[in-house]
Amino acid sequence: MTDARVAGVGLTRFGSHPDRTGRDLFATAALRAFEDAGVPREDVEELNYGNFMGALAEHQGHQAPLMAEAAGLNCPATRYEEACASAGVAVREAVRTVRAGDADVVVAGGMERMTNLPTDEVTEGLAIAADDLFEVRAGVTFPGAYALMASAYFDAYGGSRRDLAHVAAKNHENALPNEYAQYRREVSVEEALDAPPVAEPLHLYDACPITDGASALVIVSEEYAADHDVDAPVAVTGTGQGTDRMALADREHLARTPAADDAADAAYADAGIGPDDVDVAEVHDCFTIAEVLALESLGFFDPGEGIGAARDGVTTADGDLPVNLSGGLKAKGHPVGATGGSQIAELTRLLRGDHPNSGHVGDAEVGVAHNAGGTVASAVVHVLEVAK
Amino acid sequence: MSAPASNAGYDEWLDALADGEGYALACPDGHGSLPPRRVCPECGSATLTEEPLAETGTVETYSVVHVAGPRFADDAPYVNAVADFGPVRLTGVLRGVSPDVDGVDVGDGVAVGVEERATDGEPLVVFRPAGGE
Ligand SMILES: [Zn+2]
Repeated sequence: MTDARVAGVGLTRFGSHPDRTGRDLFATAALRAFEDAGVPREDVEELNYGNFMGALAEHQGHQAPLMAEAAGLNCPATRYEEACASAGVAVREAVRTVRAGDADVVVAGGMERMTNLPTDEVTEGLAIAADDLFEVRAGVTFPGAYALMASAYFDAYGGSRRDLAHVAAKNHENALPNEYAQYRREVSVEEALDAPPVAEPLHLYDACPITDGASALVIVSEEYAADHDVDAPVAVTGTGQGTDRMALADREHLARTPAADDAADAAYADAGIGPDDVDVAEVHDCFTIAEVLALESLGFFDPGEGIGAARDGVTTADGDLPVNLSGGLKAKGHPVGATGGSQIAELTRLLRGDHPNSGHVGDAEVGVAHNAGGTVASAVVHVLEVAK
Repeated sequence: MSAPASNAGYDEWLDALADGEGYALACPDGHGSLPPRRVCPECGSATLTEEPLAETGTVETYSVVHVAGPRFADDAPYVNAVADFGPVRLTGVLRGVSPDVDGVDVGDGVAVGVEERATDGEPLVVFRPAGGE
């Protein structure tokens, strides 16, 4: 089995681009990825493209060929949809394709356009990641679902809004130097605590913003990189995916995410590492509580122990295990269908040493990305390592 | 919104809940689920029977929703809750309490029925404090 390498990464600035079409956003990210990789477009054999709500936001289905065209590609193109984990799945399938020897060069990533819709329509659009019959019709919103998980967590293990506010403050601080981040602005713990409620116990700064943006990665085989003199120092050494019951109410435990446990176990086994080997992580903090649940599923903390990680400084930029040095979904932004690709792009930059926050993880060799769909009915975990 | 489509299995379940005859599906191993189902989502058994819901449910978690979608615009703020009714948990809106975090507790007993959404009159699974209101 050949190694899959990240040859190049491309991102748009995440933020509010209400006038920019999805095709323009994705083309921007893809062209940057080609430039970063130094791989000619003609060599691309497949496009794996993630998108969640393009049919609602742009009245545009069948987006993969449209995006191939926008990026100047003429190759098989497929859209992956797994709610907020859409691009994570797209990357995973690119890795599997390259490892299987079916292609030497695959482009993976995604795009979401959201700010062109009014907020209430985005709220309704995001809710379709939940069970329509038994959750959405019962009043469950996307923040509301995570609020239910946060309440269940506090009840089962303790913890407080203040603990969560430390997650928000940490990720906003990490976003400050990131040129691709939506919010490059500090948010204090007190400011987060005083913000208006969205779905209690979650308030405004517990939630990721509404974001437009795109991500693209050029994934190549180790042999292709060697034969074409492509500099690709970061390998995807582990990939794993997990699935859970769709509706939160049907889960065994309302404050745990076993789909992510399964994805992490599979990715670690694939890479031949364990959680103690990880130097840096990008995790799916669509809400502050989601970062806590991710840390526990990734095995960095036991269930019920992850809530204090940011407050205690373990996961801050200079802590033992920096988490979301990009700013995370929380401050960097969450263009749903692009997020999984963005996490891999940021980890790659961190490990290569060309991320504005690379200085915090100078010796890092192993990174983990955790991308979750809905209330973690889907999860994808990847292990990235500096190639030996 | 588009014209209301029928959802066979779910519609009958909602009607039964409205009539005070709510049920869940259960397999021989006792796994509960909600219709429509052809197999138990836990074990795959195709032998599913209707079991009555517990008279009183127990709130397992809740949130107070302030920012709602368009179909709940006039309902907000409202309390969303997940309550355990024996074979299954149900998700619904908790009415008859004040919509703030101190208005409800995990462990509270609730009854379940079907009421109208304030925004558009569509049917809504509603919990109310057990034995009260
Ligand atoms: Zn069963």
